[in-house]
Order: sequence, then structure tokens, then C-alpha cells
Amino acid sequence: MPKRDDINSVLVIGSGPIVIGQACEFDYSGTQACRVLREEGVRVILVNSNPATIMTDPDFADATYIEPITWQVIETIIAKEKPDAILPTLGGQTALNAAIDLHTHGILEKYDVELIGANFEAINKGEDRQIFKQLVLDAGGDVARSHIAHTIDEALAAADDLGYPLVIRPSFTMGGLGSGFAYTRQDLLRMVGDGLHQSPTSEVLMEESIIGWKEYELELMRDTSDNTVVVCSIENVDPVGVHTGDSITVAPALTLTDREYQNLRDIGMDIIRAVGVDTGGCNIQFAIDPATGRVIVIEMNPRVSRSSALASKATGFPIAKIAAKLAIGYRLDEIPNDITGVTPASFEPTLDYVVVKVPRFAFEKFPAADARLTTTMKSVGEAMAIGRNFSTALQKALRSLEKRGSSFSWAPTNATKEELLVLAEIPTDGRIGSVQRALLAGATVDELFEVTGIDPWFLDQIVLINEVAAEIQAADSLDADLLRHAKDHGFSDAQLAELRGLDEHEVRAIRWNAGVRPVFKTVDTCAGEFPALTPYHYSSYDEETEVIPSDRRKVVILGSGPNRIGQGVEFDYSCVHAAFALSDAGYETIMINCNPETVSTDYDTSDRLYFEPLTLEDVLEVIHAESASGELVGVVVQLGGQTALGLAKGLEAAGVPILGTTPAAIDLAEERGLFSGILDDAGLVAPKNGTAIELTGALDVATSIGYPVLVRPSYVLGGRGMEIIYDSASLADYFDRIEGQGIVGPSHPLLVDRFLDDAIEIDIDALFDGERLYVGGVMEHIEEAGVHSGDSSCTLPPVTLGRGQIDAVRDATLAIAKGIGVRGLLNVQFAIGAGVLYVLEANPRASRTVPFVAKALGIPLAKAASLIMVGRSIDSLVADGLLPEQDGSIVPFDSPVAVKEAVLPFKRFRTTEGRVVDSVLGPEMRSTGEVMGIDRDFPRAFAKSQEAAYGGLPPTGTVFVSVADRDKRAIILPVLRLQQLGFSLLATEGTAEVLRRNGIEAGVVGKYSTRGDGLRDGRSDGDLPDIVELIEQDKVDVVINTPSGRSARADGYEIRAAAVAADKPLFTTIAQLAAAVASIEAIQTGFEVTSLQEYADQRAVSSARAAASAAASAAHSAARPERIPAG
Amino acid sequence: MAPSAPAVFVLEDGRRFRGRAYGAVGRAFGEAVFTTGMTGYQETITDPSYAGQIVAQTAPHIGNTGVNDEDPESARIWVAGYVVRDPSRVVSNHRAKRSLDDDLTAQGIVGISGIDTRALTRHLRDRGAMRSAIFSGPDADLDPAEQLTLVTSSPEMSGLNLSAEVSTDTAYTVDATAERIGSVAILDLGIKAATIHALAARGFDVHVVPESISADDLFALDPTAVFYSNGPGDPEASDHHIALLQQVLKRGIPFFGICFGNQLLGRALGFGTYKLPFGHRGINQPVLDRRTGRVEITAHNHGFAVDAPLDGPVESPAGFGRVEVSHVGLNDQVVEGLACLDIPAFSVQYHPEAAAGPHDSAYLFDRFRAMVIASGESAEAAIEVESSPDVLPTDRSPRDGARLAGEDV
Repeated sequence: MPKRDDINSVLVIGSGPIVIGQACEFDYSGTQACRVLREEGVRVILVNSNPATIMTDPDFADATYIEPITWQVIETIIAKEKPDAILPTLGGQTALNAAIDLHTHGILEKYDVELIGANFEAINKGEDRQIFKQLVLDAGGDVARSHIAHTIDEALAAADDLGYPLVIRPSFTMGGLGSGFAYTRQDLLRMVGDGLHQSPTSEVLMEESIIGWKEYELELMRDTSDNTVVVCSIENVDPVGVHTGDSITVAPALTLTDREYQNLRDIGMDIIRAVGVDTGGCNIQFAIDPATGRVIVIEMNPRVSRSSALASKATGFPIAKIAAKLAIGYRLDEIPNDITGVTPASFEPTLDYVVVKVPRFAFEKFPAADARLTTTMKSVGEAMAIGRNFSTALQKALRSLEKRGSSFSWAPTNATKEELLVLAEIPTDGRIGSVQRALLAGATVDELFEVTGIDPWFLDQIVLINEVAAEIQAADSLDADLLRHAKDHGFSDAQLAELRGLDEHEVRAIRWNAGVRPVFKTVDTCAGEFPALTPYHYSSYDEETEVIPSDRRKVVILGSGPNRIGQGVEFDYSCVHAAFALSDAGYETIMINCNPETVSTDYDTSDRLYFEPLTLEDVLEVIHAESASGELVGVVVQLGGQTALGLAKGLEAAGVPILGTTPAAIDLAEERGLFSGILDDAGLVAPKNGTAIELTGALDVATSIGYPVLVRPSYVLGGRGMEIIYDSASLADYFDRIEGQGIVGPSHPLLVDRFLDDAIEIDIDALFDGERLYVGGVMEHIEEAGVHSGDSSCTLPPVTLGRGQIDAVRDATLAIAKGIGVRGLLNVQFAIGAGVLYVLEANPRASRTVPFVAKALGIPLAKAASLIMVGRSIDSLVADGLLPEQDGSIVPFDSPVAVKEAVLPFKRFRTTEGRVVDSVLGPEMRSTGEVMGIDRDFPRAFAKSQEAAYGGLPPTGTVFVSVADRDKRAIILPVLRLQQLGFSLLATEGTAEVLRRNGIEAGVVGKYSTRGDGLRDGRSDGDLPDIVELIEQDKVDVVINTPSGRSARADGYEIRAAAVAADKPLFTTIAQLAAAVASIEAIQTGFEVTSLQEYADQRAVSSARAAASAAASAAHSAARPERIPAG
Repeated sequence: MAPSAPAVFVLEDGRRFRGRAYGAVGRAFGEAVFTTGMTGYQETITDPSYAGQIVAQTAPHIGNTGVNDEDPESARIWVAGYVVRDPSRVVSNHRAKRSLDDDLTAQGIVGISGIDTRALTRHLRDRGAMRSAIFSGPDADLDPAEQLTLVTSSPEMSGLNLSAEVSTDTAYTVDATAERIGSVAILDLGIKAATIHALAARGFDVHVVPESISADDLFALDPTAVFYSNGPGDPEASDHHIALLQQVLKRGIPFFGICFGNQLLGRALGFGTYKLPFGHRGINQPVLDRRTGRVEITAHNHGFAVDAPLDGPVESPAGFGRVEVSHVGLNDQVVEGLACLDIPAFSVQYHPEAAAGPHDSAYLFDRFRAMVIASGESAEAAIEVESSPDVLPTDRSPRDGARLAGEDV
């Protein structure tokens, strides 16, 4: 059947903020879907609360709603936009859950709107574990023995039948949240308790353990005519027991015979048919007992998933794009395969290479967390690599992680084989390294199979890598044959250097002299059977290259690598925009990146895509290959975060032109002494500061400037290693903790700043072309200085800053831009403390807030920056209409207010005792994503941001208050307001006393720490009910708890952990609380929705009016004199 | 592991790839072809259709799951030579008995590893399948000109009849493994085990007969139906099989052919056959059943194809009534199936028995079974079954198909 003619408008539901388990792969899939639908002439209405995404660019939909993804908000959108259909299968579990809500609340029926992609029945069959299990059995498949429990008692009974260990999975949670292994009765009680709470249907599934089995996934697609294809098979190197998102995975599956593979395929096809996904894709997970071959179906997702994005990048088959076409009625054989142009999409891609994905973790951000990997996903990003064999792909993937120690090393260590085997037994970040070390130390493949369950074939590949390493070590010299041999197993120049006791540059010189350079092969879906039209390349040390010469002017854009906390989708957004803008400007754009989740690694985004690690070696080889033809104008390094920026110097040294701000200028901003000079020249001040490379120096600095101090390693992103230090002992402790992480050293000194208590923090994003400064936006943080800008909420335009302050910020930014010599983007962070404007730091690169500014004010900063980098002036960009006449330093009176709120992953991380890690915000960033609320004023916008981030404040209920002494003064007004709004109050004794003196009555509860030791695990009978208990009993709806400085955190920690575990709104700063209280009335009246396109129209009207009135006033008075920069 | 001896792969147009010896050491000649399947190397190398061919695997890692006793498609390895990029050093599978390397060596199959198989594939795709040779060990050091001369003086695939080489010497019977509905005589042109299983599982007593069988001997078996198998060689060089088939068709005996059998049905009906530039070899090929509008993902292994008009039924040039092209390859619009509308006969160019490959097309054996049963009532009923398909793939899960085909599922 061709395209349906009864679908003229589609509401696409996005996946909301980036969280662990649901990252920018859904921006990739959603962006593809929006593109496809618009190409098909369908009106696209989009709802997504995440401003950092490409899909929420106004260009990708006809009506873009950056609004909370709740069924109520979606109903408002449906009522307004009247879509013919809703596509919920491309926005992850969030969109699917929203679709279920819309169904159960009768909204679909009420507005006569159809779910496409997967209907309610299909979603339910795939998601409801009991129904799904029966369906698998009916289809002749096998499942793990299991029971459903709705109560703790049912769970205990089930455990008696299944035995320990067993698996616990709450129903309808995403990314496996709350699931894991219970080894004991105690584990079971805790996990089932949490799971019942987390599951929207209050049920958990308990299953027999299949830990250690081989794990596989298939990605399937099916159309209205029941044509079904398997797009990709994926094999997990880490066996069952580690969430697939946390596993090293490989495509295609490498350890199955055809019979075994076809059996999985048959089962998969039966399941997709039985579930009834008839216009889209699904993902099915299998476990195979390595000893007997028994196959168990673990689960299926009736939607595009993280693995679909991986499979799309791994095969070149764009699953989301095809899924969107199927959803509007096309059949697979009616859709062409973009890559060959001549063959249809109704085929199964075949690979002549190996793809390896490795997860990237952030345990360093959560030192208290148990780093053991389980069936709850904990990784925050991933890198993918393509190689002509497994060893190459694995080694490339490991170095793509850009994490110290992620690549295999052969440097001598003292660890014994036995110690390494023990280490390898527990799945953790970097286990693969322990495996390699253990093999090196003499462990056998059998021994490692015994402790890890990793298939012997993969283990042997690591043996092979060790053998090649030994050959390299033993050889007389690095000759061409040996170099090729090493390169054909993925060794980097840096690894060769380590093995040979040389410098990486020396190895590179030897290699180049020997003529050993990679060729570039093509991802073509068909193993070379048909010519590929799409230049999607990866390197290999094979014979023949497939890079087609071009005589165009080329720009290379370096992406931002795997997502991590501090460097996520925001940077991909900027890279993608640069690709679009430069392509429009006539350049041939060449993208290098290794993150399979992103839009930048979609072969449609740039003219050429190289899926390669972002290391100097790999980037130089791509540049070498591309330099063989046409003209290389230069490389864009300022959009891909610290990853790309970090390569600037090396590239420049190799003679590669860097576009925009020069590496020397980048140094000016990063190097404290040089930067101070710039500030001095401009008459600007920074908090008192100094630098140190070891403890003694740091103590001297701290003593001279006075505590508290803010310590910050240079050249890091996301506040890695950033802390507020209150005394010398803590400073010594800090140095102990960062020891060996390589974040502070002679070339990377530690910056020690006087910490500004109670200051207002301000962020500005701006463009500078050498002459003119163009402000993107001035953002006021809601939390005071000391909370990392990535974790604090902020508002655009500022809501409490005066015109004079904003002007001062603008002027200071101009002076800094000139001083550094910025060409392109600049982000500066300021603080206003006691009326003084301090410069905290300047970053001559794209910041995390670039997309937020673009969505809030409609200013395409990244596009403009990329054009400035190739020589365009801001004046000409304004004249062309790319940039609005009025920059972001003045926001019209009637403009909407946008609030960005961070989303934090505390709930995913448990201590070894099973408690949630502490959730206090600090200078080290820990949020994974962000949402935006936009509305006519701050309270409404803030309320939306809270709703989108965590579900928002309840309209009424019980509030618990316990704050540090320094916050007691500030707490009174917000708490009074809460009481007036009808909330009842509970407080700890000290806080209650302050409140009572101010005329606010609050019930008193006991502190957790006053529990008798013997009562910690039981009831505190006789005494006041303690607060942790009350939270756990669901008797508290909102928790306000601020940490009391440097110590006495224990009590606060228990309260916060309980609040996070129970999913209660938790305020750890008074600023945040005050904003939330101000927004409660907005919540009570319900949300109105406005699309970005409507805001743009309003802006156009408003600026036309402003221009008219300016013209009128200009007629009467002289133009305002030019402002003179400060200093 | 000690590095293996040097080896070189030489194509008749002079292109050379240097690598390492794999399997047996020595020299091997054959037509250079590539296959794109990512699984099923054991089935591939034991598929008689590959006789006379040096097969290159586009999938880089080969041999990972070793070799077992259940998966071979015939009693021996048939490929003339074997080209892989990264042969497995170990075997990892609970069913494995031996390593692939051991089997290749034991059966004297000369292979080469460590070459740029993708460059080779692209070369063959652009220039077409061609004669080639692997020289390994001491032969690798022969003068390149001499090696090339040896290649160019080896026989070409076109015009080659390889049936005798691969066929059984003596007839044998495999009893039906389901309720018996009749018997089928399989002309063994390179039969695969999976096909025999599939037919036996549909209730046929299966008589596998040598390709040289005379018409009298064939009809003396009194088969309910006749089946022509897949196999190597040029269909233009198979006059005996075509003449025999024409007699089968004239008698109105229900007929089903696969692969080479499809080409021979085409020729028996009076159509031509031609050599494809580089053939179809893989397990991911989309084929459209033009009568149901369904797309099947199918296993292919053919270098020749039938030249018949794609649009609409036409009269058989050899006088067997109307014929239509029932199946078409969607990648390149090659004829992938023929259906006779006036006699009970049909065939497909691809492999419904799979092994290696997907089970999407296993329903064709059911259609054949239904046709044979209907032929017990009348010829018209049999033709009806085959020419107006009612056994749709939707009716049957691929698992059922596989189960009936005798797979362990």
C-alpha cells in the first residue's frame, strides 16, 4: 500500500530530557521521523521538553512545542492542532508511556486521533510482561520461568519457587530502572519494595536467573503487508546480567551458526507478528544457554530503541526513517535504500565489517555509588567503532571513549593473575581491561570464561591482541609489515609508542615514512554487492580506499564523541548546525564522530561522514585522506566540546588550519595567568585566585586568598574535579582523591579561586567576529554560585537583573572577546556578589546553552558561528537575515520567558548498601540532561520546567522542611506561602522553632540520627516518628533539605536519599524552592501551550513594532550614543 | 600461532591479492565469486552448487563456530577454493566437533586468508565473476606471469556441465517423515540435505536419482512428482536434463524446481538463460511474489538466470501453454520464479530450503505438497494450487516452515 491519504498531520512525541537509558538516540530517531514526514507533505506537530535536541529546531516541524510530555499537555496540543494521528514509537519509553496515558484517559477516543507505528494493543502486548510471556510461549518460544508480584508477600512466595539468585524487573520502567538481581531475601525485600513503587502499574516480574548466558538482540521491521526484515543482529560481549546498554556489544552476532541465527530470526518474526507491530520496528532480546543452546526470549520493545539507533549506524539502514514511512502506510518494498539508490528497503543488511559499541560511565561523578554493573543501566553514553575485524573495532571503540585507561595497555603492573581474575569476575566499568590484563598475566581462556561468562571466541580475540602486542615488543624495529599487522588489529600509535618506549609522534613519523596509512571503506548495507551512493566511511589498513575525490572546498567538523555528563547532545546540536550552515554556504562538510546516538553521525547530516575515534591520530588520517583532493579550508574545533577543542593544538602543530578562534587564543582563556592579564587590561575582576600543581602550592594559595575556595582543574568540562573546599584538611583530602586521575599536573594546573557565597551566577553566550559582539543570550542562574551551571536552572531573559547589570555583562564580554581574540562562539560565566561583577571563566567554544538560547530567542548561534569561522562578518549575517537585527542583550518587554532545568540521575546510583547516592548539588556537574519551560512569565515557565523535569510540585500535600542554619532566614517567606496555599508542614526541631517564632506552625518530626542504634532497622517506637520513615511511608509529598556546609551531612543524606528513592520533589537550595513556590499558582490553573513557530511570529510582530517606534523616536531625538566598554 | 605460509589469489584479469595460506596448501582453480551471507559458512562450502567456484566470504570472521555434524548440506566440501579475511583461531559452539581449518585441510581445499576481501568483492562486482586461482606455499612464489597463464588456461564456467561431478552415482531413497502423500523423484544436480529433509517432512518418499538417469528408468520409479535440484554449471550445457524434463512435463507429472532446476524448467519451456555479471550469492535477497505482493528475504546462489518476459503470462515457446514469471528479485529485477498456468509445474531460482538463510520461503514446499495432493483429483486442481497461490506465507510462521523442513528449532 502506498502512503495513506487520510493522514495529513501527525503529532510526534519526543523523549524529553536526556536521562540514563534514554539519550540522544531518540533525537536522532525523532529528527529522522520529522524530516521524513515533512518530505511526505505531512504537517508535523512535535512535543518534546528537551531544548537541546535537533528535532526541536523550528525547521524540523510545522509546530514545535517545547512543553512537558504529559497527557494533559498533549491533550491541549491535540485540541489546538487537531492532528490526524500520533506517532509514539520514536520517542522512547517516554513517548510510549504518554501514548498509554492518552489511551487510558480516553483522549484518543475523544479527539478521534489514531496511534500509528504501534497501536495500544501492540504496545500493551510488548510491555505487559505477563501477556508478552504468554505470547512468546504461544509462538513456540521459551521464556524464563517467572512470577508476577504485586505485594511483598507475593514476591516472597515466588522466590520460594524460583530460588536465589533471581531477577526482579518492575513493569513499565525505562532503561531497566529498578531491575536487578536479588541474591538474598534482604535484596529481595528492598528491590521489590522499590520496584513496586517505580512501576506505574505497581507490579514486578520475578524470573529464574539466566545470568551468564549469551545475550543477543535483533532489530526487526514490519509493514502493513506483513513483510518483515531483520535489520541487524547484535551480540553482547558481556553475558546476561549486565544491561545491554552497559554491555560491550558487537554487530553482527559473531558466535552463532546459521541454524541458531535463523531460529532467533524465526522466533523474532513470530513475535513481531503476534504483538502486532505492523508499521514500524521492534527490538527483541534473547538469551542462549552456552552449554545447551536453549533459547529464551527476554523482552521486546515495540518501538525504536537505543539499539535501533546503534543498528542504524552499524548497518546504514535508517530504522527510524523507514519506521516513519511505514507508519504512514508505505510498504518496505516501496521505500528505496538510500545508500544504494537502486535497491529497496525490503532486504536485510549484510556487513563486511565488525561494529563494536562500548558504554561510557560516569562513576567518578558518584564516588559513593556501587560500580557493579547490573540489569539497571548506568552508563551515560557510548562510543561505536567500525573495523574490518573485531580486534580493530574493539580497540578503536575503547580509544573512542576518551577516558584515561580505557585502551588496553601492556605497561607492567604488580597485579597477579589471581587478583586479576577476581577483578574480572565482577562486571564494572573497564572489566574488559581486567580481562586483557588477566590473560596477559597468564590466565587461560577457560579460566576467564569461568569467571566472566564472556564467549571464548571474544576472549581469544583479546589473546590475539596480546600476542600482537608481544610481537611488537619483541621486534627489532617497526617495519612496514609489522606496522600493518598491528594496525590490522586496531593498535593506535599511542599504544605502539607505549610498547616500543617511544613517543606517539615518533611512531607516527616512522609509520608515515614506511607508507603505512589507512584506507577508508564504506558502510553500504550490502557488503559491496552494489555501489554505494552515500559516503559513510571508516578506516581500515586494507588495500583499497573508497574515498571519492572531490574538487570542492572542504570543512571538517569534529564532533563531541561519546556522551558524558557535561558533554552531551548540546554539542552535537552545534556540530549538526555547523554542518547544515556550511553546506548551505557551499562547502563540502566532513563530519568526524564516534557517537552512534547522534544526529551528527546520520549519513544525511554532512556531505561525508567518517565514523572514527576522535583522537589526533584518527583525525589526522581522515584529514590526510580528504586533503588528497579539493581544498581543505579548515577544521571546526569549537563546537564539539572539550573533545574537539583538545585536538586543536595537535592539529595546528601538524599544519592543519583551525577555523575560528586560534589554539593560542583558546590557551589565553584557559591559562590563568594569561587570562588575568586580559581581565586586568579590561578593568574586570575575577575572584581572588591562584594556581597550583600540587598540595603545598594549593595550600599556600588557599591560605592567602582565604577559605572557602573553589578548586577547578583546567581543561575539563562539566566541572570534573570541581569542589568547594572549606579548610586545609579538606584540600589535602581533595588531592588524595584526585591522585592518579591525571586531571591536575604541570600542563594542567589546578585553579584555586575564592568562593563567592550567595552570589548570583550569570552565563552569556555570544558571537564575535573580530569587530562586533553579538549576544546570543544572557542567562540568570536560579541557584546561587557554587552549583555547576549545568546543574542549575536558569532563566532567559534574566528576571531579577537590572538593565545596568546586563549592560555591564555585555560590555565585559566584549572586552574578553577582544582580549582573547575570539572568532566564533564565546561563553562567559559571571557572578554578581555584593554588587561586584566577577568574571568566573570564559570558554571560547560552543557551550551547553547554545541550543537553549536558540530555542528561547530564535537566535541560531551555532549556524552563525560556523559561518563566522569561515570568514563571514556578523554584519553580513544580520544583513542576510540569518541573525535577527536585535541581539539577545535586549529582550523585548513582551517576550516569553524560558527556563532551563537540569535533570539528575541520582536514582540510578546506589551505594553498595543499596541506598541512593547523595543528591546535593555542587560545583561538579552531575546532570544528564535538561528541559525547558517557556511561557509568558517566569512562574509559568518555571512551573513547566519542573513538570517536565520531574513531574512538578503537587498542588497540595505535606511539606517537610529541614534547613541549614544559614538558610533559616531565607526559608520563612517561601514556607509561609506554602502554608497559605494549603500545604501542611513538618519540620525538624530546629527549623520548626524558627518557623514558629515567625508565626508558622509546623509539626515536629524526629531526625533520622536520633534513632537508637538498635532501632535503625526497625521502628522508633515511643519517640517522634522519624522523617525517613515518614518519607518511606509516603506521608510526605515535598522535601526541603539544604546541606549544612562541610560536615554533619549524614542526617541530610538519609533524608535526601529517601526523598529521591520515593520520587518526591526535593529542594536542596532555597533559590530553587522560592522559584517553585512562586510557580504553584501557575500549576493550579493548568498549562497553556504555544509553539516555537508562534513565538517566532510574535517576535517578528514585536520587532517590527519596535523598529517602527525606534524610527519614530529617531526622528525626534539623536541616536543613543555608543556605549563605551568598561575599562 | 605460527604464521601460515604465503599465498596469492590471482584473477584472470591480472589482479592479484597477497595473503596467507588457509586450509590445504597448494593450488586451486575456479570461478571467483563472492557470497554475502554473514552466517552459514558450513552450509555454504558443502553446497554442491559451489562446485567449480572459488568462494570469497564478504563477512570477515569465518570459522568462529567451527564445524559440526548436523549442518553440512552434503557429504563433502564442494568449493574449489576458499577466500576469507580473518579465519577463526578457535572454535566456540556447543555443537562444534572440529575446526573449519581442519576440515578444509583434511579435504584438500586450498584457501587464502588475510586479503582485502572487500576490494575483491568490488572488483568482481564491477568486472564480473571470472576465472581465478589460489597459489599457496611454494606455489605462491611462482612467477606471477606463470600463475596468470595457469589461470587463463583453466576452463571457463560458461558452457560447463558440472552435474556429473556433483550428482549421486546411485539412486537412494529417503522415507517420508510425515504422513505419506506420495513419492518424489529428485534429479540430483547437486541436491542439498535441507531440501531432502523438507520434502520428506511434507510426506514424500524421496527418491534421489543420478543426473544421468534415463527417462525410462525415471518413470519406472513411478514417482508422484518430480523435483529438479539446485546445482552448479551452465544450464545451456544440460540438454539431457532438459529433454528429460520435457518428457516429465508432457506426462503432466507435477514438477517443482529450485535454482538450477528453475533454469532447466525455463529452458524446457523454451526460454533462454544467461550468465549474470557477478551472480546472486547471499542470504538477504528480497524477492517479490508478484501474485501475492509479498516480499520474502531469500537465500541465493546463482550465476545464471532465466530470460523470460516479466510482464504477464506468455505462451511457452516450447508449447507447454501459458507461463508467468511468479517471482522477481527486487534488487535487479531478475527472474526468480516461474509458474506454468496450463501444466502442474513451477520453480524458483532461490532457495526455499535455506540452509544457510532465512526460512521465509519454506511455504513453497507446502505449495508443492498441496499441488501433488490435488493432482490426485485432477490435473486442473493441481494447476490451480500452483498457479493461484493460496498457501500464503502469512498462513504459516517461519518456525513452522523450519520445523517441517527438518530443522532443529
